[in-house]
Amino acid sequence: MIKNISNLGDAAIYYDFGNQINKETNKKVINYFNSIKKSSIDGIKNLIPSYNKLVVSFDLKITNFDELKKKINKIEISEISEKKNKLIKIPICCNDEFFLDKNILTKRLKLSTDEILKKYLNKNYFCYMTGFVAGMPFLGDISKELRTYRLETPRVKVPRGSVGITEQFSNIYTFESPGGWNIIGNTPINIFNSNNEENPVLINPGDEVSFFQITKKEYEKLNEK
Amino acid sequence: MKSNFFDVLRPGINSTFQDLGRENFYHIGLPSSGAMDKRNFLLANCLAGNSKEAAIEFAYQGPLLKFKGESAIITITGDVNFNIIKKDNNFINGECYKNYKLENEDRLDIISTNKSVYGYLAVSGGFAIKKILNSYSTFSRAKIGPFDGEKLFTNQKLEISKIINNQVPKKIKYLNTKIEYIRIIKGTNYDYFSDQGIDNFLKREFIVTKLTDRMGMRIKGPIIENIKDKNIRSEGIVKGTIQIPPDGNPIIMLSDHGTIGGYPKIGVVISADYDKLVQLAPNTKIKFKLVDLHEAEKIYQLYNLETENLLNQIK
Repeated sequence: MIKNISNLGDAAIYYDFGNQINKETNKKVINYFNSIKKSSIDGIKNLIPSYNKLVVSFDLKITNFDELKKKINKIEISEISEKKNKLIKIPICCNDEFFLDKNILTKRLKLSTDEILKKYLNKNYFCYMTGFVAGMPFLGDISKELRTYRLETPRVKVPRGSVGITEQFSNIYTFESPGGWNIIGNTPINIFNSNNEENPVLINPGDEVSFFQITKKEYEKLNEK
Repeated sequence: MKSNFFDVLRPGINSTFQDLGRENFYHIGLPSSGAMDKRNFLLANCLAGNSKEAAIEFAYQGPLLKFKGESAIITITGDVNFNIIKKDNNFINGECYKNYKLENEDRLDIISTNKSVYGYLAVSGGFAIKKILNSYSTFSRAKIGPFDGEKLFTNQKLEISKIINNQVPKKIKYLNTKIEYIRIIKGTNYDYFSDQGIDNFLKREFIVTKLTDRMGMRIKGPIIENIKDKNIRSEGIVKGTIQIPPDGNPIIMLSDHGTIGGYPKIGVVISADYDKLVQLAPNTKIKFKLVDLHEAEKIYQLYNLETENLLNQIK
């Protein structure tokens, strides 16, 4: 299942699950992530799951690479996550003022605006990982006909709430940030809330997300930003 | 009870509240943050008689603060020039690694860090701020931390939790030494680079550029040529990771870094050298030296013992 285990610096273990980027590989990563998290082994600081990797960072004062690797090897990896994965429906407005890369996308994909939205909206996307900026979900896979590369020149500031696509993935810019994804719309929903100590993030790895279209008026009513 | 507080007359360039960092949130995109130079943070707090309170971290230029209240005991660590301006305008030339008593209307002028980047200000009893997600640390990019994750601002009022008057004078001798090399361990993509590229990386000199902040440090030197793959799938990174983007110029991930990254990793700075790394100011020369994992672990134990000894001297 794990193709390779190595060290990332002197205070992290790097688990490589192979080169295949798909739900199946990612579910293995998430199973490991959940099982290690549940084990609460002393010294673990952070777990960072991604498409096909898991990084476990630890406190070098408490443990070290060899010792922690052995301890983690002994954990039973549960295939079923106890936490029910949710389906989360996110409203987005795709009016021109939010559909920032409409021209680029219609040209590159050779599709009309309506066709793009029809292929993108109301489909269930799997959350592979969360990160880069606080709470940003990496969702997939989007329709093959919508796949394209990043913007040639990334934006210095992508507005908060922007929903973007690139290659087989879609994401939500939870904060204003630099970025190169093609922006298709904007959600008024607050994805990350640091005042919610229990669960500051709305979308977790393993959850499913679908987007439904709203009007500008509805957007303004729902706006939490 | 009478309130004791600082008025921020000048916030400084990049002054934030920090502690040892916020762990266990990488999986939702939050890096540890926390004090960049942990040893100096710990020393400041210990000299002020605190254990786990937050300190103010400043970069290059620090804040100018006016104290209002009965009295407060403060300590500054790092390589820092500062003055205490008494109410009657008498000057005290500040010394780092020593505690001082401030009285009503005294001003604390933290002028600059000297050939380094970060300094720390701790006050006995700590600042009256609330933890956000288990930490006092500020992560300004996601607006997380005390005062909505903002940096210090002019006219801000910084309340002190409790005044400790009976704090004994404390002082230690400590010199922020420079090291010749920043020691690193091979990264997970070490074999992506040409022999010449690796040679350049390990034998030549780099310069710290101005594009350096709490997120990352960009350094410039000979180009490090990638002969395999210039982009990899985004994956988890840790602080100290040295990524090489397609242009061949290294970026070292620092405490506020993005939690995942998609550039190949040539190396990772060892934990023991991180405090020294972050203190390298723009235009400083930087050289790397390769060590293996077990050496790095031993060096860390020594570093940690040294820190503990310093703290024990103070207590």
